[in-house]
Amino acid sequence: MSSETKQILTTDGIPLEVSLKKAEKKNKIRAFLLVAPLLLFLFITYVFPIGEMFTRSVDDKMITNMLPKTFKAMEKWDGKELPSEEVFAGFYSDYKVLIENQTQGKLGQRLNKEKNGFNSITKKLMRQIKRNKIDESQSIKEQIMKVHKRWRDVEYWQAIKRTAPPYTMAKYLKGMDMYFAADGSIAQVDEDRRIHRILWLRTLEIALFVTIFCFLMGYPIAHLLATLPMKYSNLLMICVLLPFWTSLLVRTASWMILLQQQGVVNDFFVMIGLVADDNRPEMMYNKVGTYVAMTQILLPFMVLPLYSVMKTISPSLMRAGKSLGGTPFVAFWKVYFPLTIPGIGAGCLLVFILAIGYYITPALVGGASGTLISNQIAYHMKTTLDWSFASAMGLMLLSGVLVIYWIYNKLVGVDNIKLG
Amino acid sequence: MSKNPEFVKFDKVDKSYDGKVLVVKDLQLDIAEGEFITMLGPSGSGKTTCLMMLAGFETPTNGEILLDGNIISNIPPHKRGIGMVFQNYALFPHMTVYENLAFPLRVRKIEKDEIDKKVDKALSMVSLNGFETRMPGQLSGGQQQRVAVARALVFDPAVVLMDEPLGALDKNLRESMQYEIKHIHESIGVTVVYVTHDQSEALTMSNRIAVFNDGKVQQLSSPAELYEKPVNSFVAEFIGENNTFNGEVSDISGDECKVKLSNAEILSNAISVKSKGEKTTVSLRPERALIEPTEKMDNMFSGKIEEVIYHGDHTRVRVNLLGNPEFILKVPNSTSNLELKVSQEIKIGWNSYDARALDPK
Repeated sequence: MSSETKQILTTDGIPLEVSLKKAEKKNKIRAFLLVAPLLLFLFITYVFPIGEMFTRSVDDKMITNMLPKTFKAMEKWDGKELPSEEVFAGFYSDYKVLIENQTQGKLGQRLNKEKNGFNSITKKLMRQIKRNKIDESQSIKEQIMKVHKRWRDVEYWQAIKRTAPPYTMAKYLKGMDMYFAADGSIAQVDEDRRIHRILWLRTLEIALFVTIFCFLMGYPIAHLLATLPMKYSNLLMICVLLPFWTSLLVRTASWMILLQQQGVVNDFFVMIGLVADDNRPEMMYNKVGTYVAMTQILLPFMVLPLYSVMKTISPSLMRAGKSLGGTPFVAFWKVYFPLTIPGIGAGCLLVFILAIGYYITPALVGGASGTLISNQIAYHMKTTLDWSFASAMGLMLLSGVLVIYWIYNKLVGVDNIKLG
Repeated sequence: MSKNPEFVKFDKVDKSYDGKVLVVKDLQLDIAEGEFITMLGPSGSGKTTCLMMLAGFETPTNGEILLDGNIISNIPPHKRGIGMVFQNYALFPHMTVYENLAFPLRVRKIEKDEIDKKVDKALSMVSLNGFETRMPGQLSGGQQQRVAVARALVFDPAVVLMDEPLGALDKNLRESMQYEIKHIHESIGVTVVYVTHDQSEALTMSNRIAVFNDGKVQQLSSPAELYEKPVNSFVAEFIGENNTFNGEVSDISGDECKVKLSNAEILSNAISVKSKGEKTTVSLRPERALIEPTEKMDNMFSGKIEEVIYHGDHTRVRVNLLGNPEFILKVPNSTSNLELKVSQEIKIGWNSYDARALDPK
């Protein structure tokens, strides 16, 4: 009895546990060093950019840095009446510095986004300052207010104050078609301008249906792959993988050739008399095109996890199910299907997450009704150059994926996922 | 209760997968009700194919299979009511032991109480009570095997098929499972068709054994008869150990014949030889040949010991006898044992009855 509680010593008299730790330490360090490059790589290429994206999406320091004195003076301002002389003086001296540095234009543009009409009145003020029309010994408030009547409007000063905090959630609200109203509360944009919400919903819808289509088509293929004799299954496997080895752009382009109104599919429909020649259906530049092309392109991501799971299911299980009295359907539904759930989970998650962020294919074949949120992100990255908005939407997409992953984990359990 | 001697009947069954080779040729086999019959043979001999045809997973290319007088060739597996134990158990890994056993009952729409009773009974038959909630993955190989047996029996099938069920177990467990399956068979009297390539398994368990080779049943008889009286040299070679001499029949009279070897003539029991001049292979069990026999025997020859291997309960002696350097003798380990040494010359004798002149190899 006592020997169980007594510390066990090695032959050298060192406690066994200490000795074991020492012996394993070297291995642990060696193992860590082996994965260290990968960890570093992951950090640089994954954690760092996402952090950078996050700061960019909430960053609003530009004006904060441009108008330091104004905001200092505004701290005392209650925001209801026109601000005091101090604020005007602060703004005047800040603006003069900007004019000297020739960066005053940016301020005008930025403030114009906050409230329409800023661009012209800041330009007007600039001209006055350049012509030395402002007498610094007089009340600067009075002089600025004379420049344009909008300088007398308290709403414009409120707009400046709203830009004071160095961080803002405005981009996230914009991504959901909302904005900070003049009084600081959250408001919805007009119904006819709610473009992002439609895009989010459409993205979810397309991703969901593409996942369903992939599952419906991939399951029988994977089953066939797993059960056919080797020589046929290899051929079929190549057919499934062939798209993988073809450039995404080439595949999308070939779908354009197939689906366009004068395309191969339509020609065929006309030939067999399914549709009239002058009434060819639109299969591209709408949702249909996006569905067809994305399903085909993402199909391997469904087939491969399913196949790898099905390959491990012994055919004798189905036989057992049948010999025990289950009809082929019962044997499939009660025995085979539950065993493929890990593969279904992995395939669906993979396809859904890939589909939700899909970009090139919907951009090329989607048209106006087939574009997704990722196309919107790209638009802001490349055309409007509003990177902080693009980052905000990117992060929203990422957190959406994480939420889906979380729900999935609750429903199926991530441990049950088998990717191969 | 009168038992149907033709409970399962293979009637002139042929089976070919590719249209070129017959894996089962003209199989004629009757299995009596309540019998434990083993299909024994090397791999590729067609025994598993026969089992699969009986279970309904393969269809005979020609001929019929009858179960209790009814042709079942066109009945799908799930309507045959035949229990099956698979080589790798084929337990459903996502179901508990209870659910595995309840599966055949649930698909038959049996009441819950009745299911509980039957599952309990089946589990106690394989002494696995208390394991209901375990998953198959949490059981040892032997326990999984017993669950598989219980599952095949729980819905009271008329016939249970077992496809090398003990193949994956280690030797000791395999032996104890052999007895367990045998006892279960004896206690419930179900008809069992058992497939194996392990001859000792077949000998211990079965009422009758069908030895398969090359798609044909070579011999169908009780274990003892199979061992003592093999009808051809394949069976003699396949079952147990065997010493052989190849020669030519020089004289035949009734059951006895003389076989001329290259350097001697031995008296043998004429089994499948009919006339003088026929080529033959004489088969002799190692334990039927005695060393330095005290009484007179029909055949007495001397040979040189090549090798002595101690086996505990017996000693195996390899002797170069009549030009056969692989002649094996089994000497029981008793105090009266002779001192056996390599390259010693010894006298070996056997009776003509035990030397069976079979078809030539």
